[in-house]
Amino acid sequence: MLRYIVPLLVFLVVAVFLGVGLDLNPREVPSPLIDKPAPVFNLPKLHALETSFSSKEMLGKVWLLNVWASWCVACRSEHPLLVQLSRANFVPIYGLNYKDEPNEAKSWLQQLGDPYVASLSDYEGKVGIDYGVYGVPETFVIDKQGVIRHKVIGPVTPAALDNCVLPLVEKLQQASAQAVVKRTEVEGCA
Amino acid sequence: MSSMKMLVILLCLLAFTSLAAAKEATPMATDPEMEKTVNAIAAELRCLVCQNQTIADSHAPLAVDLKNQVRDMVESGQSQDEIVDYMVQRYGDFVRYRPPMKASTMLLWAGPFLLLLIGVVVLVVNLRKRAAMMKNDEDLSLEENERLQNLLAAEFSQQNAAQRDSSQQKAGVEKS
Repeated sequence: MLRYIVPLLVFLVVAVFLGVGLDLNPREVPSPLIDKPAPVFNLPKLHALETSFSSKEMLGKVWLLNVWASWCVACRSEHPLLVQLSRANFVPIYGLNYKDEPNEAKSWLQQLGDPYVASLSDYEGKVGIDYGVYGVPETFVIDKQGVIRHKVIGPVTPAALDNCVLPLVEKLQQASAQAVVKRTEVEGCA
Repeated sequence: MSSMKMLVILLCLLAFTSLAAAKEATPMATDPEMEKTVNAIAAELRCLVCQNQTIADSHAPLAVDLKNQVRDMVESGQSQDEIVDYMVQRYGDFVRYRPPMKASTMLLWAGPFLLLLIGVVVLVVNLRKRAAMMKNDEDLSLEENERLQNLLAAEFSQQNAAQRDSSQQKAGVEKS
């Protein structure tokens, strides 16, 4: 009897491991920056390169930082969703224009719509490195204390927006300035 | 084509490949010693865009940026540990080609030894079982041995008798 049970058990264990493996996305590397203070940066604004923007200005507000570039194909697919979100005036979206030519970036926004309160030109990609950006687009949810609470890797999908990002933003907005709200409190973010 | 010719052509091709490789490795830091350090550190870091390459091997824009970052940090006198920590803070442990020993990576580190241990246990159990079986074969009492001999002798004589019968029959068939 044992000689049939043992191979069967081995097979089942291997099958379960491989099955779970099929469902994982190796591209999605968990960010060590979640629940850590967002790296502070000073960058020129895309539409007014001589004026700079400091991420410190956003303390006290919940905001989204969306990493994008005109050369990024996947950014096109999420863009209409961001434009729609910006019309709702629910949460300010700032763009990190990552390793892009300002002129190309501007005409890209002119063509597809500009959902950003401001886009910040990270021409050399140094701020991108500080934020651990490795696949554009990426979207960070940052709370009132300037702590990163969530990161979407790749294009934001309507499902991710409805189930995770928006409920999380709402919770963060309702929380007091000192309260700690983690993304694990939103079911859709798990 | 003779094998000699083939060999000569292969050798020529080989010479060219080494030329091509030599061309690619242009040191960027002014000090070749420093560039060696940069490359050694870059070889420990995973490129996050093309995940099975180190940032030393990869030509992805991010890998090039990160290598430049490593170079800047080496030039400003930071140690390998500091540079690796800098990368881990931003990209997580995944960026390291040698995973650290932690509670969450214990299975990764201990797994192969665990499997080896299981293998050894199975092997030992099986060997013991077999040894026990062989010992049982040897451990016959005198009586049992006698019985065995008798049985074997009986069997043998029976076989002989049967053979004799069949050969006689055959002979009979031939005669008639």
